[in-house]
Amino acid sequence: MAEAKPEVRKLRYVAAITDGVRQVLEEQDNSFLAGEDVAGAGSVYGYYKGLLEQFGPDRVYDTPISEEAIIGLAVGAAATGCRPIVDLMFMDFMGECMDEIANQLAKMRYMFGGQATLPVTILTMAGAGASMAAQHSQSLEAWVCHLPGLKVVMPTTPYDAKGLIIAAARDDNPVMVVLNKMSLALSGEVPEEPYAIELGKANIVRPGTNLTIVALGRMVHEALSAVEPLKALGIDPEIIDPRSLQPFDTQTVIESVEKTQRALIVHEAVRFGGFGGEIAAQIQELAFDSLDAPVARVGAPFSPVPFSPALEALYVPNADRIVAEVKKMLGV
Amino acid sequence: MTTQLSDETLLDMHRRMVRIRIFEEHAGKLMEDGKIPGALHLYVGQEAIAAGVMVHLSDEDWITSTHRGHGHLIAKGGEFDPMFAEIYGRATGYCKGKGGSMHISNMQIGMLGANGIVGAGPPIAVGAAFSNKFRKTDRVAVTFFGDGASNEGSFHEAANMAALFRLPLVFVCENNGYGEYTPQANHQAIVDVADRAVGYGMPGVIVDGMDVVAVYEAAGAAIERAREGAGPTLLECKTYRFYDHVGVRGMGLNYRSDEELARWQKRDPITLFEGHLAEHSILSEEAAQAIHAEITEQVKAGIEFAESSPFPEPDALLEDVYA
Repeated sequence: MAEAKPEVRKLRYVAAITDGVRQVLEEQDNSFLAGEDVAGAGSVYGYYKGLLEQFGPDRVYDTPISEEAIIGLAVGAAATGCRPIVDLMFMDFMGECMDEIANQLAKMRYMFGGQATLPVTILTMAGAGASMAAQHSQSLEAWVCHLPGLKVVMPTTPYDAKGLIIAAARDDNPVMVVLNKMSLALSGEVPEEPYAIELGKANIVRPGTNLTIVALGRMVHEALSAVEPLKALGIDPEIIDPRSLQPFDTQTVIESVEKTQRALIVHEAVRFGGFGGEIAAQIQELAFDSLDAPVARVGAPFSPVPFSPALEALYVPNADRIVAEVKKMLGV
Repeated sequence: MTTQLSDETLLDMHRRMVRIRIFEEHAGKLMEDGKIPGALHLYVGQEAIAAGVMVHLSDEDWITSTHRGHGHLIAKGGEFDPMFAEIYGRATGYCKGKGGSMHISNMQIGMLGANGIVGAGPPIAVGAAFSNKFRKTDRVAVTFFGDGASNEGSFHEAANMAALFRLPLVFVCENNGYGEYTPQANHQAIVDVADRAVGYGMPGVIVDGMDVVAVYEAAGAAIERAREGAGPTLLECKTYRFYDHVGVRGMGLNYRSDEELARWQKRDPITLFEGHLAEHSILSEEAAQAIHAEITEQVKAGIEFAESSPFPEPDALLEDVYA
């Protein structure tokens, strides 16, 4: 009798977050979870549900609505021997705690000449598409990728969510895990045992031959939706999900562009000054001779995220806009 | 001042104060002579606070400091050689020359850094105090900040969280009457920063920050309370900055009167304390002078150490960004 392929269970993105955090709390005695509404309520999206019951009030803490003190709590606790996991409910709230992120957390090790080690994991929620308007929908990863000392990851699938949370928590550096609110219901294979995704290693989601699409976070799914219409144009795209933006896997992107000779970058953040500009610059620096066309970018327009569903639909990049950009690139 | 303290403790505090004073006087001169790069914020005038608090702490107790941080580090046990080397930007400094005056730290003795951002320390101290409690130690954390920083949101968030979690933390406000160059009356509508404590459910205590014994007693009570698990205290020490916000003469700004400075200098914490020690036959004037001379020699040796130390190698530029 042939051995049956082991069934990998399926979990939603939201449950994969829970699973990752739970396994970190299980494997690291000096870790704790703190943030607004994380204990009693189990987070506004429910992804910490059950953790208070399992680990008790000495491991899972509700905090006041005080983002600066929450990040400060993580900095001070990490520098003195803990491995904090803190929740910054929405990425938009970075404005309330940017000093502790940018000037303390990211820089303390360097400023102190290597004395401090800051194994902090910050979980935060980004993304538009839920009519949550201008202050609860942004993708601000570019703000934090510009900070030496910090690592930044963007999980795309349930598998990535768990694997990147565990990798972040096992890393001895501060890592910001930028989750996506429109992906919470997404279902996918998530192994039961703990596993870590290597930080700084891109995922080739779909191999292809004549266009490299580097897509961040949820835009990977939009890029996958664009595959069929692109094929009709004679395009066989290679889709790369960096997963980790800082550190960034330049090599995988460059090798792909050298093969495909075209590159398109897609992110949900505002295009101007977005992380895509950095990727485009790296491609032209390192693969200029391979390029058949200028590096193209798809991102949000230069406006705050609008509330009205009618406007938000125009705002958030999608498969149609990816196809339109490729047509422009091909001159068809 | 009372005399119930042991001579040993009194002399210990005296030495810490004199170490700060002489270090700072030399550092200020070196900066104004252009020998030390960047900006120094000197602690002269405020020595009684660092000494009166730190004498209660061990290396395992954590402190966060301010931009005016040399005094805190010296009182916590910082050594002159690596301190001068750090503010000279040399590889032998506590931070390998990469932090400088505004980020000087020595975590081995529980010092979580001076800080270039006004008000950034209290939230970090909340974390250190939380960690003490989480790891079930009986250690405490102390955060130093000024009257100016008490207007920052970070202070208020930290005070609320520390009181809510009953953390082993002491908030020490060094009220020197100025937020940089702006007098207190122009930056807050209250006279006593300690009044803010009641809003967070913790005791607020006011103490004469020029009287090291008074600071010692008030800090001792607050630290004991913290160690016993009764939560934080806000201790306001009324003090004065003898030198400018930056350096000795600073930018020559006409923001305070000579009369005001002279009035406070009459209450120089070291002169006051030495008078007290002489009066009680604990330390004669000659013996005090000998201590000053001894420490001056140590400071000079520290400067020599720094000036003969190498600058960091180019490779150091990209080291310690990540663990």
